[in-house]
Amino acid sequence: MTERNIAQALNDALDVALADPSVVLLGEDVGRTGGVFRVSDGLQQRHGAARVIDTPVAESGIVGAAFGMAVAGLRPVAEIQFMGFSYPAYDQIVSHVARIRNRSRHRFTAPMVIRIPYGAGIGAAEHHSESTETIYAHTPGLKVVVPSTPYDAKGMLLAAVADPDPVIFLEPIRLYRAVKGEVPDGHYAVSLDEAELVADGTDVTLVGYGAMMREVRRTVEALAAEGVSAAAVDLRTLAPLDLDPVVASVERTGRCVVVHEAPRTGGLAGEIVASVQERALYSLRAPIERVTGWDTVVPLRRSEHHYVPTVERIVAAVHRTLEA
Amino acid sequence: MPAPPAAPQPLQILTPSGDLAADSPLPLARIKDLYRSMVAARAYDKKCSAMQRQGRLATYAQFEGQEAAQIGAVAALEPRDWVVATYRDAAAMWFHGYPWLNLILGRTGDERGGHAPAGVNVLPPSITVGAHMIHAVGLGWASLVRGDDAVAMTFFGDGATSEGDFHEAMNFAGVFRTPTVFVCQNNGWAISMPRERQTASATIAQKADAYGMAGVLVDGNDLLAVYAAAHEAVIRARAGEGATLIEAVTYRMGPHTTTDDAGRYRDADHLAEWAARDPLERVRRHLEANGEWTAEWQHGIEIGEAETVEAAVEEAEALPAFDAGDIFDGMFVDLPVALRRQRRAAEDGAG
Repeated sequence: MTERNIAQALNDALDVALADPSVVLLGEDVGRTGGVFRVSDGLQQRHGAARVIDTPVAESGIVGAAFGMAVAGLRPVAEIQFMGFSYPAYDQIVSHVARIRNRSRHRFTAPMVIRIPYGAGIGAAEHHSESTETIYAHTPGLKVVVPSTPYDAKGMLLAAVADPDPVIFLEPIRLYRAVKGEVPDGHYAVSLDEAELVADGTDVTLVGYGAMMREVRRTVEALAAEGVSAAAVDLRTLAPLDLDPVVASVERTGRCVVVHEAPRTGGLAGEIVASVQERALYSLRAPIERVTGWDTVVPLRRSEHHYVPTVERIVAAVHRTLEA
Repeated sequence: MPAPPAAPQPLQILTPSGDLAADSPLPLARIKDLYRSMVAARAYDKKCSAMQRQGRLATYAQFEGQEAAQIGAVAALEPRDWVVATYRDAAAMWFHGYPWLNLILGRTGDERGGHAPAGVNVLPPSITVGAHMIHAVGLGWASLVRGDDAVAMTFFGDGATSEGDFHEAMNFAGVFRTPTVFVCQNNGWAISMPRERQTASATIAQKADAYGMAGVLVDGNDLLAVYAAAHEAVIRARAGEGATLIEAVTYRMGPHTTTDDAGRYRDADHLAEWAARDPLERVRRHLEANGEWTAEWQHGIEIGEAETVEAAVEEAEALPAFDAGDIFDGMFVDLPVALRRQRRAAEDGAG
């Protein structure tokens, strides 16, 4: 075990994965500089420029070439620098990566990982703060996962590399260096289809994922200080959604607040709310609340705090469910 | 505005009259085999057009006139190589081992068409225009990573060169010297738009210069010229000398698809002009002049190839359609719980 932050845990995961000669890492600036967030720092020196590949600036090319490599039997890990830069690769992801297994009825597959740092909160330039995971979770044929702890980051990335199907692996930019934890050395895997109950409680169930888990965990503490017992579920996997722990918790608490920083309309919270009421309506004691980003463009640095959900907003939503 | 420079003459080995303008790259027996394959491809093409008129398939994209461009290029490949092609490249795909059955299943609307037999390195045809060329770069790149020598050949039209993905594919292939052979069938038309509206370049082949790779302009209706260019490109690719762009100048004799009416936008005079350059007829003349062709033999192979296609059609149409649950089974190795629930609902006709 070594104490690592999320960026270090991901670096370690890639280092472990690259021990397999069929694994390649490719993307813009991933090699010589170790990536814009230094997640792949040192890997090109250790594993060589033929497998830790600095590509031209071309996201469609990166994903499309990785797709060809994957079909040929390699295990590529493609990095897109920021979620806002993933859109040039959107057609490759949706029309080819997500579909090849079905359009060839299992004859050809794309066992590849597309790593995408996402989310706001670091005051980055325009297009660098997107949280548009819904469009990928909405696409049949993709797994979409997002860790919120160093332990999950490493175990889920190794599971994603080993997965026989394509995985969109979202990395919460805001948490890269903000969360530390004990991470096992060597290889281990964390399931890609299980949500995790990270706090148990009796009054309300908080549901979140990725970068927002920091606010969710802090909300649990803030509520405890005022005598409210909150449960919290880290979804970890957005496609397929595992709502069993959410439903089980809501059956106990009768209240639910879903949190994401993505825009509200069409966001995953809508899907979660719909599914929870289908399965646990008669346990509910209050309408399910959503705390999300707004249906606005993510504001730039000086106004970001108006957009990203805060502990205060989540606590206020919990209060509404308690007063209903 | 100055007039663009005149396009150079495409490489030609076999003239429309069937004479050799240069040494043949292939022995007569092989040319005869390839001719028979072109006859087979044309039989398939005609059969699918007929099936569309009979309402047995929804839409079909004919390749008539492009048989030499497709079969001549694939003739330079080995079975371990890859073919990444489009909806208009059935001849190329079939010649690399993709059965007529699969092609017919695909066109009649059955996903099982995309399942090439084991060992046949042919991806299902790309339906979106242009995105597939970079896949051939990745497939070839995998050879570099693994240290084997499989080459990937990709087919596309003149219209696809306008897509941004053409640039990204060519650029990656140039930078990483991947063993990729780009075969542009410049058939003059992208649905209703002529080649001149896709690019102001004098040729498409010359675009290769900008990517630091070889570019070759060939008569796409000349089986031997296409083969020679592809053969050289494959040798270069295997030797680690990188990619090649081949522009095969040909003509789309049919409409874009069976739903298109080419009479709305093009002159029938062109058709007569290109019919005189038919890729099968010039090989037939060459074979006849060398004592390798008779009307009886022609008759026999036409009947034989048509019967082979017919048998594949019967097999495709006899295959029971999917049950509701089957549409879920192509999505993942292990169907996630949420999708299993949906499959049950679909099977029950519920939800």
